[in-house]
Amino acid sequence: MIGDIFAWLGDMENSKPLALILFFSTFVGIILYVYTGKKRKQRLESYKDIPFMDDDELDPTHEKKQQVKKDESNGK
Amino acid sequence: MSTTTASVATEQYNYGIVKKFAIMAMIWGVLGMLAGVYIASELAWPFLNFNIAEITFGRLRPVHTTLVIFGFGGSALFATSYYIVQRTCQARLWGGKLLPELTFWGWQLALVLGVITYMAGYTQGREYAEFVWPIDLLITVVWVIYFAVYAMTLVKRSQPHIYVANWFFMAFILATALLHIFNNLQVPVAWNSLESYALFAGVQDAMTQWWYGHNAVGFFLTAAFLGMMYYFVPKQAGRPIYSYRLSIVHFWALSFLYMWVGAHHLHWTALPDWVSTLAATFSILLLLPSWGGMINGIMTLSGAWEKLRTDPIMLFLITALAFYGMSTFEGPMMSLKSVNALSHYTDWTVGHVHSGALGWVAMITIGSFYHLIPRLWGTTLYSTKLVFVHFWLATIGVVLYIVALWVAGIGQGLMLRAFDQYGNLAYTFIETVSFLHIPYVVRAIGGAFFLSGMLLMSYNIYMTISGARQPASDEGRDAVAAAAR
Repeated sequence: MIGDIFAWLGDMENSKPLALILFFSTFVGIILYVYTGKKRKQRLESYKDIPFMDDDELDPTHEKKQQVKKDESNGK
Repeated sequence: MSTTTASVATEQYNYGIVKKFAIMAMIWGVLGMLAGVYIASELAWPFLNFNIAEITFGRLRPVHTTLVIFGFGGSALFATSYYIVQRTCQARLWGGKLLPELTFWGWQLALVLGVITYMAGYTQGREYAEFVWPIDLLITVVWVIYFAVYAMTLVKRSQPHIYVANWFFMAFILATALLHIFNNLQVPVAWNSLESYALFAGVQDAMTQWWYGHNAVGFFLTAAFLGMMYYFVPKQAGRPIYSYRLSIVHFWALSFLYMWVGAHHLHWTALPDWVSTLAATFSILLLLPSWGGMINGIMTLSGAWEKLRTDPIMLFLITALAFYGMSTFEGPMMSLKSVNALSHYTDWTVGHVHSGALGWVAMITIGSFYHLIPRLWGTTLYSTKLVFVHFWLATIGVVLYIVALWVAGIGQGLMLRAFDQYGNLAYTFIETVSFLHIPYVVRAIGGAFFLSGMLLMSYNIYMTISGARQPASDEGRDAVAAAAR
């Protein structure tokens, strides 16, 4: 049984499309995971501030823009 | 408040090891580039070989590549990865004082022994892996310790999420371990001999060599320096990376695609044609994540482009990304079989490597070091004007270098395959060699420009560190502490 599976995989005409399906599905899966879901988007984008967490070097104009964005999304 | 923050940072993190690696990166950088300018001059003026075996092109060339890739680049990566992992995990480096120190002394010993053995004529003859087998074993030990120190620091982090720069560094550490071990599988002639035979033979050996060679470019000279980019570009810009989600896609796509492309170095050889085609296809696909990463880095400055007028460190970082974009376009183009038929075995390849090595790797390191070193020593940079001068010396140097080798390589390629009306070769080999003389002179001048910039940087860094050791006034100390954050 296992020998049959290896024999099937050993044939390039089988292993090539299988590899294509596996790799392409994984790629599409990563894209969908990263770019869908509002909460996930906010969580992932919040990680970009990690380099600034142990100091206060953020550009003041950036902070101001972030505040404007927050105000806009809150309908202020 | 500022003073407290600076002193807490120094106590919380192991900066001693970062400082050591940073200083050695500068020293190896100057020596490696000096060797590069010398061998470039040897090609333009062969009398410079002086019939002294130890300084002939064949022996000094691996000295140059080893010192710039592993001495300058490697030490810079140790320094910045140890700094970034501590800062983004908010955790002190694992392994106490001993293990990080072992990586430092082991790495430096390997480099010194490498230079001595190359000049004495001992080499494995594998590009970018010329170290003889006992040095390979030493590097393996150092790398395992490096992996342990890095991974365990991630494990004991205070920050729940692992910042993306660390993903790139981990990919670099793991991939380099795999590459180093499999490419250096050798059978020594005797236990007390430095000579050995490769385990593989024929086209399999060539495949292994270029699987290593291109992934050394992909994981050592690209992924790891992208880790540097994802930390220092936002820090210097004072604003977060443009898109964290794009950085995730960038990481996975780049890590997956790079492993397949090495065989594009072996087009039109005994390698099966389908392997060549596969490598070329993946090389073209690689353009997408490469440019995604470049755009992510450059767009970090979106809305703050005026920084490029006033901040020479930002100029270095953004120009590095521009060169990254340029060389990752040129690479896939050269991997096409038809283009490769012209470019391979010519100096175009050498020019392409240097647009990546000088334009991307060296410039991103230089920009990162100008940001990092004053903070390590808790001071401010000695001279910003000198950084501007350095930037222009480096940029002019790279442009001269790559333009000269475009002319050399394309001209050489066209001459080598030109036929006359009777189907005979139109040029003799020696005619193609004499054609190269002027481009070789310009290339050496370009290299000298870049080297002079490095010397200027060394002076600026030396004065910065010396200044940090002088006692300062209360106001001075406050400014210094603010800079150290």
